[in-house]
Amino acid sequence: MYTQGLDPLEPDRTRAARDGASAGREPSGAELAELEARFQARIDADERIEPKDWMPDAYRRTLIRQISQHAHSEIVGMLPEGNWITRAPTLERKSVLIAKVQDEGGHGMYLYGAAETLGVSRDELVAQLLSGAAKYSSIFNYPTPTWADVGAIGWLVDGAAIMNQTPLCRCSYGPYARAMVRICKEESFHQRQGFDIMLALARGTPEQGRMAQEALERWWWPSLMMFGPSDSDSRHTAQSMRWKIKRFSNDELRQHFIDVTVPQADYLGLSIPDPELRWDPQSGHYRFGPIDWSEFQRVLSGDGPCNRERLEARRRAEEEGLWVREAAAAYARKHQADEGSR
Amino acid sequence: MSSQWPLYEVFIRARSGLEHKHVGSVHAVDARMAVEHARDVYTRRQEGISIWVVRSSDIVASDPAEADALFEPARDKIYRHPTFYDIPDEVKNL
Repeated sequence: MYTQGLDPLEPDRTRAARDGASAGREPSGAELAELEARFQARIDADERIEPKDWMPDAYRRTLIRQISQHAHSEIVGMLPEGNWITRAPTLERKSVLIAKVQDEGGHGMYLYGAAETLGVSRDELVAQLLSGAAKYSSIFNYPTPTWADVGAIGWLVDGAAIMNQTPLCRCSYGPYARAMVRICKEESFHQRQGFDIMLALARGTPEQGRMAQEALERWWWPSLMMFGPSDSDSRHTAQSMRWKIKRFSNDELRQHFIDVTVPQADYLGLSIPDPELRWDPQSGHYRFGPIDWSEFQRVLSGDGPCNRERLEARRRAEEEGLWVREAAAAYARKHQADEGSR
Repeated sequence: MSSQWPLYEVFIRARSGLEHKHVGSVHAVDARMAVEHARDVYTRRQEGISIWVVRSSDIVASDPAEADALFEPARDKIYRHPTFYDIPDEVKNL
């Protein structure tokens, strides 16, 4: 899973910039320029930045925003597929799906952990998600009406995620890069199990083939939108590239995804829902039709098919789990008190 | 929930014969829960045979801003490395 690293218009809601600033007096303008130059030199030399190193506030804020959006995406991403766990067609598919959804939860944990190294608390991040202040990947606001959607998500959504995430394994911020190495190792299983579901459907009855085709039609365009706005409209790209948080532009990654995915759809005997899609031998790439960015903006700003349902599910989970968390905390307190009195 | 569970750093031994290595962190109410969370979060694919957890607040770390001064004493002692010494070719097993 992946986040588009968007929300340019949002005021910074994290405390991290304040908390993260080095203790004591603020550096003067000249000192700041010197620190920033040294920081950029380290980045240019491909050194990794670690949590306690000096870093510009904007770098810290950008990372907190990107990593936490990414973490939220993993957590919300459990919902569309979790929806099918009780209805998976076989016990094997069910076991696989449980493992996959559990991985998504794990990815969320790695990423929240990485974000916390920047001085923001887990509670704060969760509160931002539940209040609707934080963004997560627009893709998870689409519904999963059939079993084929679970296949399409694994194949396309996790496929797009791999494309996006592999370069992040070399991100300049150490904890994020290390979390991404773990995540990328696991995503490959996700993508392949998705393709395996699509393959079984495509080779099945005509009705199953139709299910697969319709799922592809539902997920194709939203998957392309996962790479974020076109380079010309992406405010974050240039600075993130300079900081080596990002290594490839949105459009480059999207093109790469299309180039590798179209032949896979061909193999499945499914057709991509884009009348303008064609192979261009001169450039060695597929040409594709225009993306409906107004849909992307609508879904991202909260008006997708499932936005309310997703947040509602997260809030309910938070509320219904409250007594468990309280009981665990009470148990720990009592236990510590017992030890103290011994 | 206002009282956030404390943060634990997680170290995992991948195989016997290897050292425990830092892999990340988890929140937990106590050390036992931290080990269980670490198991679920960091060893879903048999990545380890042993887990250490330690409260993050108990770790004392050197300050990266003082790294130059801290590690400076080792910098000019190249004679600590065997390659510092020119040994004639005729001398063997040295």
